[in-house]
Amino acid sequence: MRIKALTIRILRQIIRDKRTLGMLIFAPILVLTMLHLVFNGDSYIPKIGFIGIPETMVENMDLSDAEITNYDNTHDAQVDLLAQEIDGYITLTSGVPSIYLEGSDPTVNGETLRWIQSTFASLQESLTEDLEVSYLHGSSEMGQFDYFGPVLLGFFVFFFVFIIAGVSFIRERTTGTLERLLSTPLRKWEIVSGYVIGFGIVTMIQSTIIAAYTIYVLDMMMQGSFFYLLLIILSLSFTALTLGILISSFANNELQMIQFIPVIVVPQVFFSGLFNLETISNWLSWIGPITPLYYAAEALRDVMVRGFGWNEIYMEICVLLGFSALFMILNILALRKYRKI
Amino acid sequence: MNNLCVSIKDVTKHFGKHVVLKNIHLDILEGEIFGLLGPSGAGKTTLVKELSGLDTPTSGENIVLGQTMPKLEVINRIGYMAQSDALYEDLSAKENLQFFSSLYGLKGMKLKERIQEVMKLVDLTEHVNKLVSDYSGGMKRRLSLAIALLHEPELLILDEPTVGIDPVLRKKIWDAFYQLNEQGTTIIVTTHVMDEAEKCDRLGLMRDGSLIAVGTPSELKQHTNSATIEEAFLVYGGDIDEN
Repeated sequence: MRIKALTIRILRQIIRDKRTLGMLIFAPILVLTMLHLVFNGDSYIPKIGFIGIPETMVENMDLSDAEITNYDNTHDAQVDLLAQEIDGYITLTSGVPSIYLEGSDPTVNGETLRWIQSTFASLQESLTEDLEVSYLHGSSEMGQFDYFGPVLLGFFVFFFVFIIAGVSFIRERTTGTLERLLSTPLRKWEIVSGYVIGFGIVTMIQSTIIAAYTIYVLDMMMQGSFFYLLLIILSLSFTALTLGILISSFANNELQMIQFIPVIVVPQVFFSGLFNLETISNWLSWIGPITPLYYAAEALRDVMVRGFGWNEIYMEICVLLGFSALFMILNILALRKYRKI
Repeated sequence: MNNLCVSIKDVTKHFGKHVVLKNIHLDILEGEIFGLLGPSGAGKTTLVKELSGLDTPTSGENIVLGQTMPKLEVINRIGYMAQSDALYEDLSAKENLQFFSSLYGLKGMKLKERIQEVMKLVDLTEHVNKLVSDYSGGMKRRLSLAIALLHEPELLILDEPTVGIDPVLRKKIWDAFYQLNEQGTTIIVTTHVMDEAEKCDRLGLMRDGSLIAVGTPSELKQHTNSATIEEAFLVYGGDIDEN
């Protein structure tokens, strides 16, 4: 009854605040669309250096989709590679081509390799198998939009729910309405529950729209079930919500809440699988398993990329709900500052 | 004569090293309008927060409506209005009223009835559907009062209810207090305005966390041979009295 009243009030406030409602839905759509266009845009024309490739070979190549520069020696090519004048170069070592890539951008790597492979394959079939590839930076394991899309989807839900819940709870404290709520017989767990349900409904709508947009309009890979996707996102939003409310008790105003973003939200991105987790230094790798986004990203990728079902994701969902339960208890304890019972 | 409504027993409150309340003893009777008068920083707000269950004393106890605070069951019988208006500005007055009355368990016809009654009492009936952000300062103050009255509390605790409000409006609000008082509601009101103090049945003068005097306005004036409460306050404030 009282929780329902609180839930209805929160929904009314959000619906009335059109700009926030718009931000919840259109900001992630805008950013995801931009990322989609950036990563899946027109095909990139690679800039490739040739060192000592025989004239007869070059004449037989289709050079229309690449910019070719000829070098006399490896040193000149390396200088240009370092200056990012070219994306990679090819030399022939005893008849077998070796490829050396600049390597910092996965899109460029992919395009360059694809061009080289298709071009050389048309010349000599035996070469396609054992092309030797070396990198100046990075590696061939770096992901694409399909690979980190699920992480971004999770990130946006987490980010916006965290901020909006945190800020609305700060507003509740600074305007004195929290004190007023506690001067009624409302119990502390009822306040936290009302917030969780109210924002849970909003997030459900938000993530359905965003996920549907990325999957059906942006054509992001989706192998598993949409229902599981929503389940993961809902669990993640509970975590974001309860953490946002908890963090807001350490902030005195909205600006201070925003200051928590680089401390609480951004580091999670590094450990959520946007970057290869195995390459993270050992002394930092313990951070991943204590961040909620790590589990959400893994589960989302399981469903969206690998097409897995309940058996593979229930552990991650349990961990997320465990985080939420922990934060809820801490929130109830934090509210003791305002009323002992 | 009357029964005890509030009994404050040897209450002391520290915030760290800072002492906010020093050994307060005070009894407030059922059915009276009791005023707590004192400059800002005297500890009035801390004391009424403790009575509303929002704070607890470092030592001593507050007995309200027969039970030691804080108790949820007693909180349900108290109406509290804080210094800040504490309203949801993005909602209409009606939505604010609906929300708070649901917290007190009101529903259906009873809820509608109470909303009408309290809005009539504070003279805001025609503005019930307006957004609170469109309200003037005085209207917000009155709506805040209306919310405190929704669940027909036996004890009304008002922290500076008329601060920043013009004399005409202040009189209106006090008329509402008298009306409620006639129906049997006990009212505790804090103020630092001397002329408002005259309107209370009894007064407690507070300074630097101590209660320096308690009595009816005329008693206080007589006892100090003063013409006004203000003079009386200065006389009491001059000598350092433990109680």
